[in-house]
Amino acid sequence: MSKHLLIVLAPLFGSLIAGLFGRFLGNALARLVTIAGMSVSAALAIQTFFAIAVGDGEPIRQEVWSWIVSGDFRVSFGLLIDRLTAVMLIVVSGISTLIHIYSVGYMAEDPDQPRFFSYLSLFTFAMLMLITGDSFLQLFFGWEGVGLASYLLIGFWFKKESACNAAMKAFLVNRVADFGFALGIFTIYQVFHSLDYATVFRMAGTGQFAPTVDFLFWGPVDTITLICLLLFMGAMGKSAQFILHTWLPDAMEGPTPVSALIHAATMVTAGVFMVCRASPLFELSPTALGVVTLVGATTAFFAATVGLVQNDIKRVIAYSTCSQLGYMFFAAGVSAYAAAIFHLMTHAFFKALLFLSAGAVIYSMHHEQDMRKMGGLRKKIPITYTVMMIGTLALTGFPYLAGFYSKDAILEAAYAAHTPVGTLAWVLGMAAAVLTTFYSFRLIFMTFHGHPADHHSYDHAKESPWVMLLPLMVLALGALFSGVLGSPMTHLGWFKSAIFLAPGHDAMEHAHHVSAWVKWSPFAMFLIGLSAAYLLYIKMPGLPAIIAGHFQKTYRFLLNAWYFDRLYDRLFVQTARRVGEGLWHTGDEGIVDGCVNGVAAVCARLAQQLRTLQTGYVYHYAFAMLIGVLVLMSLYT
Amino acid sequence: MLSLVTFLPLIGALVLFFGIQGDRAARIWALGTTLVTFFLSLRLLSGFDPSSPAFQFLEEVAWLPAYGIAYRMGVDGISLPFVLLTAFLMPLCILASWESIQKQVKAYMVAFLALESFVIGVFCALDFILFYILWEAMLIPMFLLIGVWGGKNRVYAAFKFFLYTLTGSVLMLIAILVMGYKGNTFSIPALMALPFSFAMQVWLFLGLFSSFAVKVPMWPVHTWLPDAHVEAPTAGSVILAGVLLKMGAYGFLRFSLPILPDASRFFVPFIFALSLVAIVYTALVALMQKDLKKLIAYSSVSHMGFVTIGLFAYNQQGLEGGILQMVNHGITAAALFLLVGVIYDRMHTREIARFGGIAHRMPIYAVIFMVFTMSSVGLPGTNGFIGEFLILLGAYLANKGVAVVAATGLVLGAAYMLWMFKKVLFGVVANDEVAALRDVNSREIAIFIPLLILVFWIGFYPAPFLNMMHASVEQLLIQANTIKAGSAALALF
Repeated sequence: MSKHLLIVLAPLFGSLIAGLFGRFLGNALARLVTIAGMSVSAALAIQTFFAIAVGDGEPIRQEVWSWIVSGDFRVSFGLLIDRLTAVMLIVVSGISTLIHIYSVGYMAEDPDQPRFFSYLSLFTFAMLMLITGDSFLQLFFGWEGVGLASYLLIGFWFKKESACNAAMKAFLVNRVADFGFALGIFTIYQVFHSLDYATVFRMAGTGQFAPTVDFLFWGPVDTITLICLLLFMGAMGKSAQFILHTWLPDAMEGPTPVSALIHAATMVTAGVFMVCRASPLFELSPTALGVVTLVGATTAFFAATVGLVQNDIKRVIAYSTCSQLGYMFFAAGVSAYAAAIFHLMTHAFFKALLFLSAGAVIYSMHHEQDMRKMGGLRKKIPITYTVMMIGTLALTGFPYLAGFYSKDAILEAAYAAHTPVGTLAWVLGMAAAVLTTFYSFRLIFMTFHGHPADHHSYDHAKESPWVMLLPLMVLALGALFSGVLGSPMTHLGWFKSAIFLAPGHDAMEHAHHVSAWVKWSPFAMFLIGLSAAYLLYIKMPGLPAIIAGHFQKTYRFLLNAWYFDRLYDRLFVQTARRVGEGLWHTGDEGIVDGCVNGVAAVCARLAQQLRTLQTGYVYHYAFAMLIGVLVLMSLYT
Repeated sequence: MLSLVTFLPLIGALVLFFGIQGDRAARIWALGTTLVTFFLSLRLLSGFDPSSPAFQFLEEVAWLPAYGIAYRMGVDGISLPFVLLTAFLMPLCILASWESIQKQVKAYMVAFLALESFVIGVFCALDFILFYILWEAMLIPMFLLIGVWGGKNRVYAAFKFFLYTLTGSVLMLIAILVMGYKGNTFSIPALMALPFSFAMQVWLFLGLFSSFAVKVPMWPVHTWLPDAHVEAPTAGSVILAGVLLKMGAYGFLRFSLPILPDASRFFVPFIFALSLVAIVYTALVALMQKDLKKLIAYSSVSHMGFVTIGLFAYNQQGLEGGILQMVNHGITAAALFLLVGVIYDRMHTREIARFGGIAHRMPIYAVIFMVFTMSSVGLPGTNGFIGEFLILLGAYLANKGVAVVAATGLVLGAAYMLWMFKKVLFGVVANDEVAALRDVNSREIAIFIPLLILVFWIGFYPAPFLNMMHASVEQLLIQANTIKAGSAALALF
């Protein structure tokens, strides 16, 4: 087995062993097996990363085995590791390993650890399949696989009704999105007669395809635009973009390490990865890119507004993730794919750090998540406070930390795109930057500063064990340095053939040459956000309540996340249930069975006359009939 | 060889009926017979040449030569998967009935073995009269299984099942007789070459359709199925969902498409419309079910809607997907009914509201249930994905609108399956009965292991299954695309 294959399969082995034999192995061995699998994967991933991304190694292409063959439709499982995948490998394998280790501490008292670690490794396997795939169908395999793992892990504590509902919601919203994704794959096959990246991108690049296809009642539409929009629908679900985002905040019902790994660092970025991977297609459709930009920018702003008023520490970070994913999308939309992947990487570090620190806070507060019941914790848990502060500064773009490089690259690219949607994205992105700083420091101030709201839990709060703190420190290093180390990524041509740019799509190049005020305005946004948060939550802690009281309607609107859940519940859930009920009782039992039973009743009445002759057992008749037929036929020969 | 596979169970049934006493002996004898039959069917597989589209293992014995009736048997890449599926499921059914059937065990086993013979015979018959006799004969043991060993309302369900299917069959018999009369033979391969006028094809199609549609079952003649499933004993449901439903779709493949190609093409929009209604309608109905078995029964109707769409998509992907999905459904629906049987044996209820939190008490059971739920939902890596994906791809190439509407079934399917899973297995332990549950025992695990292997085997490496059918499907496509009747024949309308 090649070592590249082992990167993908090692977590699967760990997962299978822990899952199937967990009850015999016990907690400690199950943890050990999965962590061993992850370590192998991570070590090989780092080695591969250095060979391909730091050194100048050739991309690895390898067919593993033939999967589906039917007529001229053939798809294989394969491996494709180019610079784009190499970056993702580091993020996925590396962070997953850290989170496995962290979970040893966080889940220490849970009786179901083999199951937990098995799911966690299963997730990693699916995610690695997703990023190393060499065809759209393998992408889809990983895509649905991570969806399953996400479902299982959100519902890990399946005793809780709310966790089960959240798990189901995540799966179903993603199914709706995958409906579009699947149609996109069908269209790709119809147009290119292949699902391999290599073939599809080559034919797309050389224009060997029908420029328009008929689609439902729209008639002929632009082929590439159709494909890209359908694929993007999938990305909107997986990456929780505006209108399909509703599952992500609820997904916080899962254990915190899960939120960090799946719902911040890796799975939710799959949509961004997909758009970058499919850049040879997206680049050919200005319409699709426009939609991507618009949706991304809207999400960045929308989620940030909702994050302002949440009181659950995990929900604040969840909306923040949603918002940051919006940034990545609008970067991709203005053809700054490199900036999108750069931000994806830095974000993975500091957001995993934030989530895990939040987990450490929750751990020390004995599973309390409401920030209104915290306060003053910085004296009790100074290490957690320090790393969380680093994460917050990285997120909000404090100079020379990770976010400063990557988020600013995105904003500069949007500005430098000089298109109407690009400029709109820049404006929304700047607004979201103020909001981000505000809610991030609101979180810090409410949790760690001020006076303890609940003295009992404050007194019992204690620092987390080292097995949790160490991964936090490693991630903190990432949050500190991944920006400065990763910034070469944004230079033209770093990704080589992995990312395609159409002529004239040079926002990323121009981004390096924007004027100084554009470069420093995100920092101004940071200062504004920080001062506002300081004013409201340190200086005058009574003020937020007064403001909320004055603007009840706006406050409730934001608190309920623009009422999307209520809308969807009425629009889809209730309707489906009512229609189902109606079809069942009126359709099946009323009309169809009514007819059937009616006919039967008529027959029964007629049969009354003949009944004395007969036994009344249908099988007697049938058997007699069968024998009769056979005898008659044989007689006539 | 083929006759041996077909009639060995029947011989076993006769021996059992006349020569064996005692419940335990009856069970063992039945299990042994079905196992031997299964191994013999594997011999068929090893002797089968997948590169040839022709019928293989041919047998022909003159029976009523004056009427062109003969005992003709043979299998090709389209029927062989169903022979294997039937022979595979039967031993599992016997095992599943091991403890749950306590009254008249011997008669039950006799009925099961007879059923196996008739069903395998239906898939092997190459003579229309033989086919019809076996098709009808199969109703008797099934009727008995529901009517004698069924639940409370078993008599209503048994009659509904019987009359529904019989009504359809009468019209099919007329169509068969007309075809035999026209062709002077009842040989199915010979009839495939016979040109019928368009008008004739239309009437014949409708005659066959009335029988096949009931069996599939297609909307709106599906209402017998939920009742039959709810009342049938577990193993009866397994066979009903696993094999009997496939006979209708098999009929379309074997007869309608190759013998009546013009009419089949003419009715494509009609079939698509009924299938789409089935997919969406029954999925919505399934969403509201309170009885576990009814929910799975409705989901069967929905899944079979996918199958009929695939068969009438007129391309390799659709057809192969359709056939594979029939096999998949045979595995997955069978497993789901077996899973219901496991808790029914323990709690004697199927009401979803009475369950809850079962995963706490039965963790192994919960894992198995999850795998089959995902297979039903069509998650990549399971068998369900390969079938549904190929069907939808085929449908998309044939008619985008159909594929788009059908694909909504994927969302609805996930909705009712996950909702059911949550209600039954997740949550807190619902009551004392749930609290007293034992996890699956080794007999039950032994039943599920072969099914689990197939789920992942087909999911990751479907080649052996698809290779079996490539050649036959290619030939079927050629037959289905020939124009037998000139366009002038359209004058009928």
